[in-house]
Amino acid sequence: MTHLLEVERINSFYGDSHILFDVSLHVGQGEVVALLGRNGAGKSTTLKSLIGAVRPRSGRILFDGAAAEALPAYAIADRGMQLVPEDRRVFGSLNVEENLILAGLTAKARWPLERIYAMFPRLKERRRSRGTDLSGGEQQMLAIARALVRDPKLVLLDEPFEGLAPIIVRDLLGVCRTLADGGQTIVLVEQNFHAALSLADRVYILNNGHIVEELTAADARARPEVLHRYLGV
Amino acid sequence: MITWPNFVSQLVNGLAAGTLLALISAGLTIIYGTLGVLNLAHGAMFMLGGYAGFVAFQATGSFALAVLAGSLFMLVAGAVIELVVIRRFYSRPPEDQILVTFGIGIVLVEVVRFIFGSLTATVPPPAWAAGITSLGFMIYPTYRLVVLGIAAVALAVLYVVLYRTRIGLIVRAGIEDSGMVGLLGINVYRVFMLVFGIGAMAAGFAGIINAPVVSLTPNVGDSILVQTFVVVVIGGVGSFPGAILGGIIAGEILSLTSMVNPAYSDVMLFAVMTLVLFLRPQGLLGLAGRA
Repeated sequence: MTHLLEVERINSFYGDSHILFDVSLHVGQGEVVALLGRNGAGKSTTLKSLIGAVRPRSGRILFDGAAAEALPAYAIADRGMQLVPEDRRVFGSLNVEENLILAGLTAKARWPLERIYAMFPRLKERRRSRGTDLSGGEQQMLAIARALVRDPKLVLLDEPFEGLAPIIVRDLLGVCRTLADGGQTIVLVEQNFHAALSLADRVYILNNGHIVEELTAADARARPEVLHRYLGV
Repeated sequence: MITWPNFVSQLVNGLAAGTLLALISAGLTIIYGTLGVLNLAHGAMFMLGGYAGFVAFQATGSFALAVLAGSLFMLVAGAVIELVVIRRFYSRPPEDQILVTFGIGIVLVEVVRFIFGSLTATVPPPAWAAGITSLGFMIYPTYRLVVLGIAAVALAVLYVVLYRTRIGLIVRAGIEDSGMVGLLGINVYRVFMLVFGIGAMAAGFAGIINAPVVSLTPNVGDSILVQTFVVVVIGGVGSFPGAILGGIIAGEILSLTSMVNPAYSDVMLFAVMTLVLFLRPQGLLGLAGRA
């Protein structure tokens, strides 16, 4: 069976530092996959390598049936992958609606704004507010919404719940649940492993740049000693 | 002796020079903001625009056609320079980028010197704008008022492009975070090429409309380069409104100081820049926290 995303033994570097070692993983159509691991385990670097923000020095990435490891980020994004970065990177000088319009400019298919606003009513209320004037939670909503505008085949979420109030986390978790139930394929990096396991079908555990475990979310819940060993929880 | 008409005349001079500086600086600031490359060839592009207009004027005899052809030439020249040279330097350290744009500036100046010699080239103002205009209590060269008007209109056009069009939306986002623009599926390299072309065109356009005021020499852009840097620092790096405000402030400082003693005008300009850096390091209208 072919997967939406197949990653074969990629090695990524920051300058001279070797960060990812022969990382292999796959993501099926409609699957939610979580990458777990301690700080510095290589989770964010994995996501950046997938979308081409970091270019792997070796290995292969097959996305939607085509080689993606040598493509620039904009070309990978154009083929239907979207990254919601850890630091959100909302455009502060643009208002909410401009951020969303920008995201859809070169999209082949795009979510209408009404559909985005139906999912994030708060963004509709704040559509004329500049990115810099949004709260952390609103910025995260906008970052996710901006990724959805292009109707992506695969969404990469990097620590979407980090630093947010519990009530906001609950709301965003609800949004992610809705997306997953609707068949959206997601790769999720999250420190909050309870939240991650509640969403994910399958889990990879990264340690020092190596994939050390692959297990279903049910297995992960049933084997707390694995999580304890690699995550210290 | 400073008389009232003399003062007003210098004030208008300052406004005209400032609007022109604002236009050139707007080009510099969007290039730096979007590409992250400090364009030390910007003064040379101002000069090249003037000569492109000169050539077009010689060929057609029409000032309007000279402005149009010279501007288009600079748009294309800027895009080609980005594509052939600048693009290879995005992943290089800033000092390499500074050196390469400095080198491009030297090459442009020397090529122009080779073709046209060091003697001055002149473009006459259009007939309808020659002569002087009486403002009631004083008289003023008509073409200088026209420069002020044309530069203001050009800034307005640039504003509309930046704030009311899709391209402008991409450019404004790119000034903030060009990497994220790429992650949204937009080919940022195409945007970089366009921005460098627009920036070069802004400088070149200013060079053409300024050509009837000064005599063209291959070095006409040297002092302009330094002044535009000051404008961008005062106004805020990457800020289009900042370039306009900074340009007018710089124009007035240069003009009003030279009324008292021309030798102090550059000193005064740097003194004000230093003051701004002390009080507001990001520039008057710059975003805090960016370089």
